[in-house]
Amino acid sequence: MDEQDSQRHMSVTQWDMQSPASSWRAFLALVRRDLRLATAQGAGGLQVVVFFAVVVTLIPFGLGPDLPLLQAIAPGLLWVALILASLLTFDRLFQADFEDGSLDGLVCGPLSLEGIVLAKACAHWLTNAAPLIAATPVLALLLNMDMGVLGFLILTFLVGTPGLTLIGALGAGLSVGVRRAGILIALLVMPLYVPVLIFAIGAIEQARRTLDAGGGLDLLEPNALFLTAASLVAGLVGVIAAAAGLRLHISG
Amino acid sequence: MFALANPHRFLSYSRVLTPWAGGLAAVLLLVGLVWGLAFAPPDYQMGDTVRIMFVHVPSAWMAMAAYTFMASASLASFIWRHSLADIAARAAAPLGLGFNFLALVTGALWGQPMWGTFWVWDARLTSFLVLFFFYIGYIALWEAIEDPHKAGRAAAILAIVGFINVPIVKFSVDWWNTLHQPASLIKMGAPAIHWTILTPLLIMVAAYTALFVALVLMRMRTEIFIRQIHRLQISTALDTEAPALG
Repeated sequence: MDEQDSQRHMSVTQWDMQSPASSWRAFLALVRRDLRLATAQGAGGLQVVVFFAVVVTLIPFGLGPDLPLLQAIAPGLLWVALILASLLTFDRLFQADFEDGSLDGLVCGPLSLEGIVLAKACAHWLTNAAPLIAATPVLALLLNMDMGVLGFLILTFLVGTPGLTLIGALGAGLSVGVRRAGILIALLVMPLYVPVLIFAIGAIEQARRTLDAGGGLDLLEPNALFLTAASLVAGLVGVIAAAAGLRLHISG
Repeated sequence: MFALANPHRFLSYSRVLTPWAGGLAAVLLLVGLVWGLAFAPPDYQMGDTVRIMFVHVPSAWMAMAAYTFMASASLASFIWRHSLADIAARAAAPLGLGFNFLALVTGALWGQPMWGTFWVWDARLTSFLVLFFFYIGYIALWEAIEDPHKAGRAAAILAIVGFINVPIVKFSVDWWNTLHQPASLIKMGAPAIHWTILTPLLIMVAAYTALFVALVLMRMRTEIFIRQIHRLQISTALDTEAPALG
């Protein structure tokens, strides 16, 4: 624990010595610091993956071992399981830095609060969303998913999860001072997740139909474009609103 | 609107306006309900179940109107940092949630005889369910943050983000599935509803609006009084503590 604390503060002091112009280096330094903290904590990312696997494993017990049925619902199932797993992680996004004052230190550095949010969200994506996506093929195997559909599912994950992470940052930023904010964040972000989920599933269903008909994948079909748009809008709104929320809690 | 931003002026205006809005709501509700439930003709397709619409349609409208009101007040609070706008947004949220709940319940009661099921995952029902959760989240955020000033600012950010999200959800859910009949009141040209049903429906919409205005004003006045009492308690506590400290 002590080692971890020193890491946290060491990086904050490194920060002050940087010139204001080097915000890109500051950004990368903050991402690296959060990655280091996450790995020092150990099983963080792994826990999320285990939860993801547990949800997917429970479903056949609820629905019966009917492989064709599981195959049919697999994309939606994996998307919902990924959302549930990621919801577990957001309450920690700013909490530690807020409580020990690191966030106040970061604000004094060369990065704007929007930049800080973006950097922390990047690190969060790399340590939470990326392991989930990496684990998806194994779980897809258990659900007898078609390989072509799986490829497209991963593609929608890659496009959709940055948006989801930044919406999660929004929920975390608004409720940063709140104790046990987990359920609150889930409630706040759920309505904002809906469009991303809808377009992702739409895109996968469309891809499945074209694959069944023997056609090639069309990455520019409307569902895929709307998914990209929804993720981008969610990301933009998420960064701005999360920074506004943090600013309000920091300013005291 | 800016004249009303002064809490004292707001209190004196609202003291007069609240009973009038409440009285108007009571009269209109009575007229609209009696007309709609007893005298309006049954629909040739829906029969007597059409009478649920006199409660359902105004609730749904008010759920959306309350949300628009909340988002506008939040925007005003965010720009001008005025506590009265915060209080207004906070006052409207549980009312909107109530109207939303009423719309969902009456919709389900209407759906059972008409569609053969209480719930379908149709676009409009689904976006209303999402709105329902949004209201709960908004109220939960207010409750979770202790400092009312911070809570107001955070809730305002959430309401504005939610307002940006509303058309996106609406579009995505429409895209996803549509079964609900299209809106029949706001159409180019003549409305698709006969005047014998339309008139009591519009009376009910007016009644709900008056009710909303009366309740928002009442809740805002209560909140202002609570904050005043709180301030007085603090200052008297300081007065009694001060000699001991000095």
